[in-house]
Amino acid sequence: MKIENAQFRVDGGIHPVYNKHLAKDNAIQAMPLPSLLRVSMSQHLGAPAKPVVAKGDTVLRGQIIGEPAGFISAAVHAPTSGTVKAIVQAPTATGQSVAAVEIEPDCEDKWRDDIKGNPNWESLEVKELIDLVSDAGVAGMGGAGFPTHVKLSPPPNKTIDTLIINGAECEPYLTADNRLMIEQAENIWTGCRIIMKILGAQTVRVAIEDNKPEAIEAMEMAMASTEGNVAIVKLKTEYPQGAEKQQIFAITGKEVPSAGLPMDVGAVVENVGTTLAVWDAVVNGKPLTERVTSVTGTPVSKPGNIRNRIGTSYGDLIEFCGGTEGDTAKIISGGPMMGFAQSSLEVTTTKTTSGLLLLPPKLVTNYSSTPCISCGRCVDGCPMYLMPCELSQMIEAEDYSAAREINLMDCIECGCCAFQCPAHRPLVQHMRQGKGQVMIMMREEKEKEAEKTKD
Amino acid sequence: MHPVLTTTLAIGGVGAACGGALAMAAKFLAVHEDPRIEETANLLPGANCGGCAYAGCADYAKAIILDDAEINLCAPGGESTLCALAAMMGVEASAAEKKVAIVLCGGDSDKAPRKFAYNGIADCTAANSTGAGDKKCAYGCLGYGSCSRACPTGAIEISKGLATIHPELCIGCGACVKTCPRKLIHMIPASRTMHILCSSKDKGPIVKKACSVGCIGCTKCTKMVEDEAITMQGPLAIVDYTKDYTNEETIEACPGKCIKKVPAVAKAMAGRQGSTVD
Repeated sequence: MKIENAQFRVDGGIHPVYNKHLAKDNAIQAMPLPSLLRVSMSQHLGAPAKPVVAKGDTVLRGQIIGEPAGFISAAVHAPTSGTVKAIVQAPTATGQSVAAVEIEPDCEDKWRDDIKGNPNWESLEVKELIDLVSDAGVAGMGGAGFPTHVKLSPPPNKTIDTLIINGAECEPYLTADNRLMIEQAENIWTGCRIIMKILGAQTVRVAIEDNKPEAIEAMEMAMASTEGNVAIVKLKTEYPQGAEKQQIFAITGKEVPSAGLPMDVGAVVENVGTTLAVWDAVVNGKPLTERVTSVTGTPVSKPGNIRNRIGTSYGDLIEFCGGTEGDTAKIISGGPMMGFAQSSLEVTTTKTTSGLLLLPPKLVTNYSSTPCISCGRCVDGCPMYLMPCELSQMIEAEDYSAAREINLMDCIECGCCAFQCPAHRPLVQHMRQGKGQVMIMMREEKEKEAEKTKD
Repeated sequence: MHPVLTTTLAIGGVGAACGGALAMAAKFLAVHEDPRIEETANLLPGANCGGCAYAGCADYAKAIILDDAEINLCAPGGESTLCALAAMMGVEASAAEKKVAIVLCGGDSDKAPRKFAYNGIADCTAANSTGAGDKKCAYGCLGYGSCSRACPTGAIEISKGLATIHPELCIGCGACVKTCPRKLIHMIPASRTMHILCSSKDKGPIVKKACSVGCIGCTKCTKMVEDEAITMQGPLAIVDYTKDYTNEETIEACPGKCIKKVPAVAKAMAGRQGSTVD
């Protein structure tokens, strides 16, 4: 085991004010059960799960309440024992209305009877390990929520040689991953070894930005006695280095091809939270029913990192943190760069809720945008080598096919362009809109192609 | 030979040879286009709105002559174009009734509150994908004017966060229908006056919270009209525009206050053209 500095620097990127001091020293606190949990069926990327319980059913913690619907989907489990109060349509953090199961906890918090740990997991087959991860409903906990069992089953023609454990946590304010590494480094490392075995990866890199020295120290202790090509990589703090394509570049110098996946360069990136969930799923046999969320921002009375059951409402979370002091102008689910502004505190946490950020009025400005002055700052800042200024003007002119030509679909919506734009142009929103339209175009092309082959 | 003479002869010779070649080409390679296509195109209004589903007036003219397309597809041309086309083609004119677009939502900013202050791109699709739209009602008009920008005749007015279509200006091309991310715009026969201005598929209590002029699904209106001219689709009452619905008592009776008479449609049409041609 060794500690090394990252060999490459991500081109572009920004250095926002991090404000991690608000919550980084506050140990993870477990939140008591709220009076109602509303578990959304859309916990992950891909098709929402299908509810399989009905009103009035009694459920035990860890019991499946949502079956995966399709290949890219994950099971949803009851976060505690109690009674199903209703199946409702409830808004998610992005505003979409999706089916959700409301559970009234009976406060006994009884686990499903057949929960069985596998302390000697090393003797299990790869297939059995993947099934354990899949049954536990683990989905990427860094934010995107890609079902982990899908990521861990690459097609046979792809060999994975490098496993990267993502502890960069480059989003400002968020500190949940930092605390997880400090407090549960041993378990994260065990999770990492499980994933190593599943993928057959020989090289392991644990990526941590250098603004988290305690986390680096804790992981170093946990990994100290490990042999083999294993290292902690200290990344120079920069946003968006937690994005997997940027992180792979910073560590290996390999660029994921346009429209490609990390597995195209033989790498898989897993967030530290996900790694911990894999450990819990395999070693303890426990489904994913809780996560750590940073509740932070200056208006929060007692900012902290809260271990909460999935389905806890944002209102309950804020209340647990002592409510607010002073005015709050904006509530964001996730970090300030890529999170979603919320219009209701009724929204509940999911497997991907890494943070809940409250911003005071002085940090929230309603800019009105002006025409592009072609300064090129967005081009300098784009970590995907795109030209956001050109793209946004094409999208404004509704010329989506031209935008597609210059690789609109590679945009990762990190927000570096909009962060630096002196004309305050809503660049990320333009990209999102354009990507939506191109998706429609692609779907139509596919349908046409299918019709042609039929004829 | 004198250089002037040489030049004149050389250039004259090349000119004569090219002229001859062009004359031969004109004779042997001529493309005969049906002269009626141009004549037909001249009868069309030249708005190139695309409402007939062909790529502009010239394309439609071509389709009429070569592919026997229906002659009653031109909405902006109306009756006069139809009669002229019928006379030219020597067929009987049977008009499709003129259609106009209508926005089936009546919730302006006084009646339908917003759930947050949206400060992004002033475009309905963009607004609709930000927190699923800033209007409390998940089905109502967002009012950022995407339809109005698509309208070739400026017939759509946005006031108080609600799009309203002026039927006297609408040429029935249907360009606005495609732009609405919430699918609120429908093409209806121009003579119709009674409308249910709500598209919310939410149940009554939710509708009531989100809008003061929404359909709460009480089914009262369906019982007051004959021939099932209004039917329920889940909790929403929908007018079947192929059937007769003129009962004005429904306006007062509707507890959701979402039934409206829009007389301007019929009146404006009477001034411009009849609904059918004999």
